[in-house]
Amino acid sequence: MTDQLSPEPSGATTRLPAPRSGDPAAAPIVAVDGLTVTFPGGTRAVDGVSFELAPGASLGIVGESGSGKSATALALLGLHHGTGARLTGRVEVAGTVVDDSDPQRLRRLRGATAAMVFQDPMSALDPYFSVGSQIAEVYRLHTGASRREAWTRAVEVLDHVGIPHAARRASEPPHQFSGGQRQRALIAMALALRPKVLIADEPTTALDVTVQAQILDLLHGLRAETGMALLLVTHDLGVIAGTVDEVLVMQRGRIVERGGVRRVLSAPEHDYTRALLSAVPRVDAPRRRALVDGARGGAGARSEATVDGVRGGGTVDGVRGEGTVDGVDRGEPLVRLVDVRQDFPVGRGLLPGRHRTVAAVDGVSLDVRRGEVLGVVGESGSGKTTLARMMVRLLRPTGGRVEFDGTEIGALPERRLAPYRRDLQMVFQDPISALNPRRSVGESIADPLRTAGVRDDARIRATVREWLGRVGLDPDRYDAYPHEFSGGQRQRIGIARALVRSPRLVVCDEPVSALDVSTQAQIIDLLAQLRTELDLTVVFVAHDLAVVRQVSDRVAVMHGGKLVELADADTVYTDPQHDYTRSLLAAVPVLDPDLAARRRAERVAVAG
Amino acid sequence: MSTDALADQVAAPAPEGGAGARSVWRALRREPAALAGLVVVLLLVLVALAAPLLTALEGQDYTSYHDGLLDSARGGVPAGDLGGISAHHWLGVEPKTGRDLFARVVYGARVSLAVALSATILQLLIGLTIGLAAGLGGRIADAVLSRVTDLVLAFPALIFSIALLGIVPQSFPRPVLLVLVLALFGWAGTARIARGQALTLRTRDYVAAARLAGGRGARLARREILPGLAAPVITYAALMVPGNIVAEAGLSFLGVGINPPTPSWGQMLSSATTWFGGDPMYVAIPGVLLFATVLSFTLFGDGLRNALDPRSTSLSKRAE
Amino acid sequence: MAAYLIRRVLGALVVLLVLSAAVYVIFYALPGNPAQLVCGPKTCQADQLHRIETELGLDQPIYLQYWHFLVGIFAGRTFSGGPEAIHCAAPCLGYSYQTGEPVTSLLLDRLPVSASLVVGGFVIWVLVGVGLGVVSALRRGRALDRVVTTATLAGNSVPVFLVGLLLLLVFCVYLRALPFPGYQPLTGNPALWAQNLILPWVSLSVVSAAVYTRLTRTSMLETLAEDHIRTFRAYGLSESRVIRRHALRGALTPLITIGTIDLATSLTGATLTESLFGLPGLGQLLVTSVRNIDLPVVVGVTILAGAVIVVANMVADILYSVADRRVALA
Repeated sequence: MTDQLSPEPSGATTRLPAPRSGDPAAAPIVAVDGLTVTFPGGTRAVDGVSFELAPGASLGIVGESGSGKSATALALLGLHHGTGARLTGRVEVAGTVVDDSDPQRLRRLRGATAAMVFQDPMSALDPYFSVGSQIAEVYRLHTGASRREAWTRAVEVLDHVGIPHAARRASEPPHQFSGGQRQRALIAMALALRPKVLIADEPTTALDVTVQAQILDLLHGLRAETGMALLLVTHDLGVIAGTVDEVLVMQRGRIVERGGVRRVLSAPEHDYTRALLSAVPRVDAPRRRALVDGARGGAGARSEATVDGVRGGGTVDGVRGEGTVDGVDRGEPLVRLVDVRQDFPVGRGLLPGRHRTVAAVDGVSLDVRRGEVLGVVGESGSGKTTLARMMVRLLRPTGGRVEFDGTEIGALPERRLAPYRRDLQMVFQDPISALNPRRSVGESIADPLRTAGVRDDARIRATVREWLGRVGLDPDRYDAYPHEFSGGQRQRIGIARALVRSPRLVVCDEPVSALDVSTQAQIIDLLAQLRTELDLTVVFVAHDLAVVRQVSDRVAVMHGGKLVELADADTVYTDPQHDYTRSLLAAVPVLDPDLAARRRAERVAVAG
Repeated sequence: MSTDALADQVAAPAPEGGAGARSVWRALRREPAALAGLVVVLLLVLVALAAPLLTALEGQDYTSYHDGLLDSARGGVPAGDLGGISAHHWLGVEPKTGRDLFARVVYGARVSLAVALSATILQLLIGLTIGLAAGLGGRIADAVLSRVTDLVLAFPALIFSIALLGIVPQSFPRPVLLVLVLALFGWAGTARIARGQALTLRTRDYVAAARLAGGRGARLARREILPGLAAPVITYAALMVPGNIVAEAGLSFLGVGINPPTPSWGQMLSSATTWFGGDPMYVAIPGVLLFATVLSFTLFGDGLRNALDPRSTSLSKRAE
Repeated sequence: MAAYLIRRVLGALVVLLVLSAAVYVIFYALPGNPAQLVCGPKTCQADQLHRIETELGLDQPIYLQYWHFLVGIFAGRTFSGGPEAIHCAAPCLGYSYQTGEPVTSLLLDRLPVSASLVVGGFVIWVLVGVGLGVVSALRRGRALDRVVTTATLAGNSVPVFLVGLLLLLVFCVYLRALPFPGYQPLTGNPALWAQNLILPWVSLSVVSAAVYTRLTRTSMLETLAEDHIRTFRAYGLSESRVIRRHALRGALTPLITIGTIDLATSLTGATLTESLFGLPGLGQLLVTSVRNIDLPVVVGVTILAGAVIVVANMVADILYSVADRRVALA
């Protein structure tokens, strides 16, 4: 296999190994040679990329943000229009050179020969036209079919991609379709013209994991059925494993590794691929020891200066941790939720106070034990974030009790919460929104100290500097503003702010979902390390089941505002009791292509 | 979630903040039109402030009649070329009265700017108060105040101002009345912006984080929400000034604004309508001044918007 | 839909009620004796004044006056303080102090003039504004775009009466190409009607055209940056088809609301243009009545203006929800 694996990031076109489903003898359907994409300002997004895709074959392009994978995909159809990008090199699709010389020829290629599916299904369709008419429009344009024929075809393909009652739904506008259905509709549009190659740019990134599995299964089935080639661009190695045969790994505009997906995922040759793979959390592996232990060696080196004077002496030094770190029984739970609920008003009633409501959290009871990491998983709309916000009393429950350390705090008004604020902290999802863009990061971190009444500026500065160092940032950047930091660095700042007063409970709401996978791993490691050092109780909320498994002692599964399962992490993952948990687990992409195929077969069997 | 096509395509997005007056100034310096506007605006303010000094320098005042400078044979238009421009009367004199035009436009600038700026400040105060109360107050406060704001926004403001200005007894000081009327109908835009921005900002995670840090009430609003409000409100205010100048001129043009003998550009243009055949300078001088003033404020406001929000599509957005 | 309409109409009625009450109370409660005004510049005898007061009901408390006024609008009313009773049929807004004419018929006389002016101006500013805005957005950054955006800044800055004065100066005084405008009814001679209205139309539309150019340009640029535009490019639609079918619709829909409301506001608010060109429209009627402190007319025009805008808001919302199916009427 060494013949096609050039460790060089770029260079001469290396022919991909024969795809199982493709025909190696035929001319490639996509041939890219020395492609370079340069954006105004000189940013080189794609730097000398070459690859080929045989008819009927499937190829994945993986990379983190900024790797140039999407820019590469757009270049295949000449879609850099209007961005001011300069392209060099040669792109050929089905024997047609993609360049600006013949717009007519390029337009004939688009859609008919090579169709594209984009990342965000919510905005990829025109809101003013019915879904069916948009498919019919594209179909008529390329085939010259009559309106009636085109409409029939639209309904046919919508039915084909699994839209129920396609004949009726075709005349509905996009906003009446769910996210998954819209992605299906876009795939239907692609399918309508029977293209030779389908280019899918992050087609499932915006979707929930169960919907993602359905869409990937659909793509897989369609490919087997129509024999079209597939080029799948994604950041998710798990998506690659189950869907394509060959893979290119891109980093900073260059291809760093290429080969069969089985080989690349099991025996990566390039350091970057290896790092990427090791950073991917595995849903099928028990907790990594490293995470549990954290940097326990470093725990002794922890400083007292941070907590000194804020919390007052005495309670600082591990007094709270009377049990074991592993989160086995330590007596009373730190937090006890009793039948909490959160009803949000919807719509506008004629009279104030007479709103219809919808329950975001619908009667959840659970304990958070001292010193444990409790994972909370669920898809969008499951109520997990609302639950998290009620635990730290950012939201006031509309029903039930929230007990912290034996005291009911669920109904306390804002001003009476002050004594509890230092113990209840949160790390937020979006690193951009979590920091005030108009205040220096040092001031943001110092905020909890100042409201706690610390007046000594020198001491505040020293504490904040120390915390900057502790979360792995340069202490001298106290006066820098959030926009000067990367997403991962901002998340570190958010962690420092949450921990600066040594809280007892930290709720992390999707703390890594906005980050690249390698950054994710670093942030998780940091959290694990600080957790051990500070003897924290952590609630870790996430949609990513693998991430949750890596960090949690126990896992709670939420669905439709209700708690459907709560057990030891390993038990939940190896012996799920609830149907929803089982379907969730079956949908998680795995890195082993054989296992992915088995899972797919199981899903298809269940669905069929 | 980490990747999207945009991130691949676009280099680092414009920084959202961390900006201070210095960075705004730096951005503003790249807008030549805005700078030109600012220069003219400052010049006008200077002229308005120095009006008594300037007229003293000329040796005239804005009330004295000079019948001798008029051509009675042609119905009282100024004698001589260009509306009677001379070393004594730098911009000539008015037809029929012979009052010094330079003195009148300079004092007119005073009225125009004073009314427009005071009205803007008052509009901002009312608008910010109501907008913030709606955006940060409770559900009921928001419902009531938003209704009122919508009502005022959808109000026949011009009609109402004319009616009100015409009916209020003449003994009430006119400039003050003008400011009050302009403010009464002109705060709703600011209120809407302030409310919208406050509603957006209060859902930001950093506001939640500040609450977790123990912040609440007015202190929280001042530290976390008000700074985010400054940019859109300042921009909007900068574009409210020219609107108020035009409104004052229009009302005075209709005869319900500033009362004679106090000069106002709109009022001068109104009386010029009967003279423009014989004395075009009488239209041209206040007309050009009014246009230049409004244009300068608009250019400056537009440039300020570019400087404060690089992503906004502005009137004169440059090519990339 | 029916429920929505009922709710909207009820809401509009409440707004109008509040508005009319405010207008009525403010103007009639102001210092000054309305009866004195009716009497005219000559000094009236006390008994004369008293007779007028009872006739007009001015001796009653203000809320009763307003109540009679309100009844008059919906059912008509009878003024019967003096020797002869005058019946004023619904919708009755009272009689002009100045001329004694019924306010309702005064308004109806002036309406066609204002409508002629405003509808013509509206057509011009929408066509010019939308056209320039679209072209400017499509040529973003090119010379034409720069010229247009600079022109909109200037157009935005010039007061409407200044444009009118300039036009009069050029076309009526120097070139003598057009007669000094006076109103000619459309029913008489349409060509004369249009000739007389050209200058007022143009001066009314300059500022709005600049505003609409800018709005259209912004809206168009935003729409062109949306994902679904990229989808259709990726499916081989020509650029012109993408723009015509998928960009214009999205870009222009938001203008529906603004356009409807602007049209309504100008109908009663083209005061400056009407005054400058001496067109006997509603705006001019208001200005003359204000000068004469002709309270019933002032109140009448103001309430009409409010009613037109309240109705326009309703119409705008309905039109918008028809154009954009995502917006549910609720």
